[in-house]
Amino acid sequence: MAEELRLAIASDVDIVHAREKGRELAAAHGFTLGDQTVIATAISEVARNILLYARRGEVRIRPATDTGRDGLVVIAEDHGPGIRDIAQALQDGFSTSGGLGLGLPGARRLMDDFDLKSAPGQGTTVTMAKWKRSHG
Amino acid sequence: MEVPILKQGHYLIASIQSALTDADLSQLREALIARVGKYRARGVIVDVTALDVMDSFAVRTLRDIAHMARLRGSETVIVGIQPEVAFAMVQLGLSLKGIATALDLEEGLAFLDAKARERA
Repeated sequence: MAEELRLAIASDVDIVHAREKGRELAAAHGFTLGDQTVIATAISEVARNILLYARRGEVRIRPATDTGRDGLVVIAEDHGPGIRDIAQALQDGFSTSGGLGLGLPGARRLMDDFDLKSAPGQGTTVTMAKWKRSHG
Repeated sequence: MEVPILKQGHYLIASIQSALTDADLSQLREALIARVGKYRARGVIVDVTALDVMDSFAVRTLRDIAHMARLRGSETVIVGIQPEVAFAMVQLGLSLKGIATALDLEEGLAFLDAKARERA
Protein backbone atom coordinates (compact mmCIF):
# COMPACT_ATOMS: atom_id res chain seq x y z
CA MET A 1 0.00 0.00 0.00
CA ALA A 2 2.66 2.44 -1.09
CA GLU A 3 0.50 5.23 -2.28
CA GLU A 4 -2.10 5.78 0.39
CA LEU A 5 -3.07 9.44 0.55
CA ARG A 6 -3.78 10.88 3.98
CA LEU A 7 -5.67 14.13 3.89
CA ALA A 8 -6.49 16.12 7.00
CA ILE A 9 -9.97 17.61 7.05
CA ALA A 10 -10.38 20.70 9.20
CA SER A 11 -11.85 23.35 6.89
CA ASP A 12 -13.97 23.71 3.76
CA VAL A 13 -10.79 24.19 1.69
CA ASP A 14 -9.74 20.68 2.78
CA ILE A 15 -12.98 19.25 1.36
CA VAL A 16 -12.13 20.63 -2.09
CA HIS A 17 -8.52 19.46 -1.74
CA ALA A 18 -9.56 15.92 -0.73
CA ARG A 19 -11.96 15.47 -3.61
CA GLU A 20 -9.42 16.85 -6.10
CA LYS A 21 -6.76 14.43 -4.81
CA GLY A 22 -9.27 11.59 -4.99
CA ARG A 23 -10.09 12.46 -8.57
CA GLU A 24 -6.39 12.56 -9.48
CA LEU A 25 -5.79 9.14 -7.97
CA ALA A 26 -8.89 7.72 -9.68
CA ALA A 27 -7.69 9.13 -13.01
CA ALA A 28 -4.20 7.72 -12.48
CA HIS A 29 -5.77 4.29 -11.93
CA GLY A 30 -7.74 4.40 -15.13
CA PHE A 31 -11.23 5.17 -13.84
CA THR A 32 -13.52 6.75 -16.42
CA LEU A 33 -14.32 10.46 -16.19
CA GLY A 34 -17.79 9.48 -14.96
CA ASP A 35 -16.41 7.32 -12.15
CA GLN A 36 -13.79 9.95 -11.25
CA THR A 37 -16.65 12.41 -10.78
CA VAL A 38 -18.68 9.91 -8.75
CA ILE A 39 -15.69 9.20 -6.46
CA ALA A 40 -14.87 12.91 -6.06
CA THR A 41 -18.50 13.66 -5.19
CA ALA A 42 -18.66 10.87 -2.60
CA ILE A 43 -15.41 12.11 -1.03
CA SER A 44 -16.86 15.61 -0.87
CA GLU A 45 -19.89 14.32 1.06
CA VAL A 46 -18.00 12.24 3.63
CA ALA A 47 -15.39 14.98 4.12
CA ARG A 48 -18.14 17.53 4.74
CA ASN A 49 -19.71 15.16 7.25
CA ILE A 50 -16.43 15.14 9.18
CA LEU A 51 -16.35 18.92 9.21
CA LEU A 52 -20.03 19.29 10.16
CA TYR A 53 -20.14 16.78 12.98
CA ALA A 54 -16.58 16.30 14.24
CA ARG A 55 -14.90 19.52 13.03
CA ARG A 56 -11.76 17.60 12.14
CA GLY A 57 -10.72 14.23 10.90
CA GLU A 58 -8.95 12.48 8.08
CA VAL A 59 -9.71 11.08 4.65
CA ARG A 60 -7.48 8.27 3.38
CA ILE A 61 -7.55 7.12 -0.21
CA ARG A 62 -5.72 4.11 -1.59
CA PRO A 63 -5.81 1.79 -4.56
CA ALA A 64 -7.00 -1.72 -3.78
CA THR A 65 -7.58 -5.08 -5.40
CA ASP A 66 -10.40 -7.44 -4.56
CA THR A 67 -11.04 -10.77 -6.28
CA GLY A 68 -9.22 -9.59 -9.36
CA ARG A 69 -10.92 -6.21 -9.54
CA ASP A 70 -8.98 -2.97 -9.22
CA GLY A 71 -10.49 -0.15 -7.31
CA LEU A 72 -10.13 2.69 -4.90
CA VAL A 73 -10.86 2.58 -1.19
CA VAL A 74 -11.78 5.75 0.67
CA ILE A 75 -11.78 5.89 4.46
CA ALA A 76 -13.18 8.90 6.28
CA GLU A 77 -12.41 8.85 9.98
CA ASP A 78 -13.08 11.21 12.83
CA HIS A 79 -13.06 11.14 16.61
CA GLY A 80 -16.13 13.32 16.93
CA PRO A 81 -19.36 12.67 18.83
CA GLY A 82 -20.26 9.61 16.76
CA ILE A 83 -23.66 8.54 15.50
CA ARG A 84 -26.32 7.22 17.84
CA ASP A 85 -28.62 5.73 15.23
CA ILE A 86 -26.76 4.51 12.16
CA ALA A 87 -29.88 3.34 10.32
CA GLN A 88 -31.35 6.81 10.71
CA ALA A 89 -28.12 8.49 9.54
CA LEU A 90 -28.33 6.46 6.34
CA GLN A 91 -31.89 7.54 5.63
CA ASP A 92 -32.48 10.05 2.87
CA GLY A 93 -33.43 13.44 4.18
CA PHE A 94 -32.40 12.81 7.78
CA SER A 95 -30.10 15.51 9.05
CA THR A 96 -29.18 16.96 12.42
CA SER A 97 -27.15 19.74 10.82
CA GLY A 98 -29.78 21.49 8.71
CA GLY A 99 -28.31 20.06 5.50
CA LEU A 100 -30.17 18.12 2.86
CA GLY A 101 -29.56 14.85 4.67
CA LEU A 102 -28.13 13.31 1.54
CA GLY A 103 -24.48 13.12 2.52
CA LEU A 104 -24.12 9.57 3.82
CA PRO A 105 -26.99 7.88 1.93
CA GLY A 106 -25.86 9.70 -1.20
CA ALA A 107 -22.25 8.59 -0.82
CA ARG A 108 -23.50 5.04 -0.29
CA ARG A 109 -25.42 5.19 -3.58
CA LEU A 110 -22.43 6.62 -5.43
CA MET A 111 -19.96 3.95 -4.32
CA ASP A 112 -20.02 0.16 -4.75
CA ASP A 113 -19.18 -0.75 -1.16
CA PHE A 114 -20.07 1.30 1.86
CA ASP A 115 -19.59 0.59 5.52
CA LEU A 116 -20.29 2.89 8.46
CA LYS A 117 -18.93 2.24 11.94
CA SER A 118 -19.80 4.59 14.73
CA ALA A 119 -20.92 4.78 18.31
CA PRO A 120 -21.69 7.74 20.57
CA GLY A 121 -18.43 9.17 21.87
CA GLN A 122 -16.38 6.83 19.69
CA GLY A 123 -16.12 8.80 16.47
CA THR A 124 -17.15 7.67 13.03
CA THR A 125 -15.41 5.68 10.31
CA VAL A 126 -16.82 5.42 6.80
CA THR A 127 -15.12 2.91 4.52
CA MET A 128 -16.21 2.90 0.93
CA ALA A 129 -14.91 1.54 -2.35
CA LYS A 130 -15.43 1.91 -6.05
CA TRP A 131 -14.36 -0.89 -8.40
CA LYS A 132 -13.42 -0.55 -11.99
CA ARG A 133 -15.97 -2.09 -14.29
CA SER A 134 -14.47 -4.88 -16.32
CA HIS A 135 -15.06 -4.51 -20.02
CA GLY A 136 -15.79 -8.04 -21.13
CA MET B 1 -12.01 32.51 -4.90
CA GLU B 2 -14.65 35.16 -5.60
CA VAL B 3 -17.00 34.48 -8.51
CA PRO B 4 -17.19 37.38 -10.97
CA ILE B 5 -20.72 38.66 -11.51
CA LEU B 6 -21.32 40.50 -14.77
CA LYS B 7 -24.27 42.71 -15.52
CA GLN B 8 -25.67 42.31 -18.99
CA GLY B 9 -28.81 44.34 -19.69
CA HIS B 10 -31.40 43.28 -17.14
CA TYR B 11 -29.52 40.13 -16.27
CA LEU B 12 -26.74 39.14 -13.91
CA ILE B 13 -24.32 36.46 -15.01
CA ALA B 14 -22.24 34.64 -12.40
CA SER B 15 -19.50 32.79 -14.18
CA ILE B 16 -17.84 30.24 -11.92
CA GLN B 17 -14.18 29.86 -12.90
CA SER B 18 -12.90 27.08 -10.64
CA ALA B 19 -13.79 24.76 -7.78
CA LEU B 20 -15.58 26.58 -4.97
CA THR B 21 -15.43 26.02 -1.23
CA ASP B 22 -18.60 26.12 0.87
CA ALA B 23 -17.65 29.63 1.97
CA ASP B 24 -17.21 30.71 -1.69
CA LEU B 25 -20.66 29.35 -2.52
CA SER B 26 -22.27 31.15 0.40
CA GLN B 27 -20.49 34.34 -0.61
CA LEU B 28 -21.83 33.97 -4.16
CA ARG B 29 -25.36 33.59 -2.80
CA GLU B 30 -25.09 36.79 -0.73
CA ALA B 31 -23.50 38.76 -3.57
CA LEU B 32 -26.12 37.69 -6.12
CA ILE B 33 -29.09 38.44 -3.89
CA ALA B 34 -27.70 41.88 -3.02
CA ARG B 35 -27.07 42.67 -6.68
CA VAL B 36 -30.53 41.58 -7.83
CA GLY B 37 -31.81 44.55 -5.82
CA LYS B 38 -29.01 46.96 -6.62
CA TYR B 39 -29.29 46.49 -10.39
CA ARG B 40 -33.00 45.66 -10.46
CA ALA B 41 -32.09 42.47 -12.33
CA ARG B 42 -34.89 40.50 -13.99
CA GLY B 43 -32.82 37.39 -14.41
CA VAL B 44 -29.81 35.58 -12.99
CA ILE B 45 -27.64 33.08 -14.81
CA VAL B 46 -25.23 30.90 -12.87
CA ASP B 47 -22.75 29.25 -15.20
CA VAL B 48 -21.42 26.06 -13.57
CA THR B 49 -19.53 24.75 -16.62
CA ALA B 50 -16.25 24.88 -14.67
CA LEU B 51 -17.57 22.84 -11.73
CA ASP B 52 -16.40 19.24 -11.90
CA VAL B 53 -18.28 18.29 -8.73
CA MET B 54 -21.71 19.40 -7.52
CA ASP B 55 -22.31 17.93 -4.12
CA SER B 56 -25.25 18.38 -1.77
CA PHE B 57 -23.96 21.70 -0.43
CA ALA B 58 -23.47 23.19 -3.90
CA VAL B 59 -26.91 22.07 -5.03
CA ARG B 60 -28.57 23.41 -1.89
CA THR B 61 -26.85 26.78 -2.39
CA LEU B 62 -27.94 26.99 -6.04
CA ARG B 63 -31.48 26.13 -4.97
CA ASP B 64 -31.37 28.84 -2.31
CA ILE B 65 -30.11 31.37 -4.85
CA ALA B 66 -32.96 30.56 -7.24
CA HIS B 67 -35.61 30.73 -4.51
CA MET B 68 -34.27 33.94 -2.99
CA ALA B 69 -33.92 35.61 -6.38
CA ARG B 70 -37.52 34.65 -7.22
CA LEU B 71 -38.69 36.25 -3.98
CA ARG B 72 -36.91 39.39 -5.19
CA GLY B 73 -38.64 39.24 -8.58
CA SER B 74 -35.85 37.67 -10.58
CA GLU B 75 -35.70 34.37 -12.50
CA THR B 76 -32.64 32.13 -12.20
CA VAL B 77 -31.22 29.71 -14.76
CA ILE B 78 -28.40 27.28 -13.99
CA VAL B 79 -26.38 26.61 -17.12
CA GLY B 80 -23.55 24.29 -18.09
CA ILE B 81 -24.00 21.25 -15.83
CA GLN B 82 -21.49 18.75 -17.24
CA PRO B 83 -22.75 15.28 -18.22
CA GLU B 84 -20.63 13.45 -15.60
CA VAL B 85 -21.77 15.91 -12.97
CA ALA B 86 -25.41 15.36 -13.93
CA PHE B 87 -24.86 11.61 -13.62
CA ALA B 88 -23.30 11.89 -10.15
CA MET B 89 -26.04 14.29 -9.00
CA VAL B 90 -28.76 11.83 -9.95
CA GLN B 91 -26.93 8.97 -8.19
CA LEU B 92 -26.52 11.11 -5.11
CA GLY B 93 -30.25 11.85 -5.11
CA LEU B 94 -29.97 15.54 -5.88
CA SER B 95 -32.36 17.41 -8.09
CA LEU B 96 -32.95 21.00 -9.08
CA LYS B 97 -36.70 20.53 -9.17
CA GLY B 98 -38.53 23.74 -9.95
CA ILE B 99 -35.35 25.49 -11.03
CA ALA B 100 -34.67 26.35 -14.64
CA THR B 101 -31.62 24.85 -16.25
CA ALA B 102 -30.16 25.25 -19.73
CA LEU B 103 -27.40 23.61 -21.68
CA ASP B 104 -25.21 26.69 -21.97
CA LEU B 105 -25.10 30.46 -21.59
CA GLU B 106 -26.75 31.10 -24.95
CA GLU B 107 -29.72 28.86 -24.11
CA GLY B 108 -29.92 30.43 -20.66
CA LEU B 109 -30.18 33.93 -22.13
CA ALA B 110 -32.83 32.74 -24.59
CA PHE B 111 -34.82 31.28 -21.69
CA LEU B 112 -34.71 34.54 -19.73
CA ASP B 113 -35.69 36.56 -22.82
CA ALA B 114 -38.69 34.29 -23.33
CA LYS B 115 -39.66 34.70 -19.65
CA ALA B 116 -39.36 38.48 -19.97
CA ARG B 117 -41.68 38.47 -23.00
CA GLU B 118 -44.20 36.43 -21.01
CA ARG B 119 -44.19 39.00 -18.27
CA ALA B 120 -44.38 42.01 -20.58
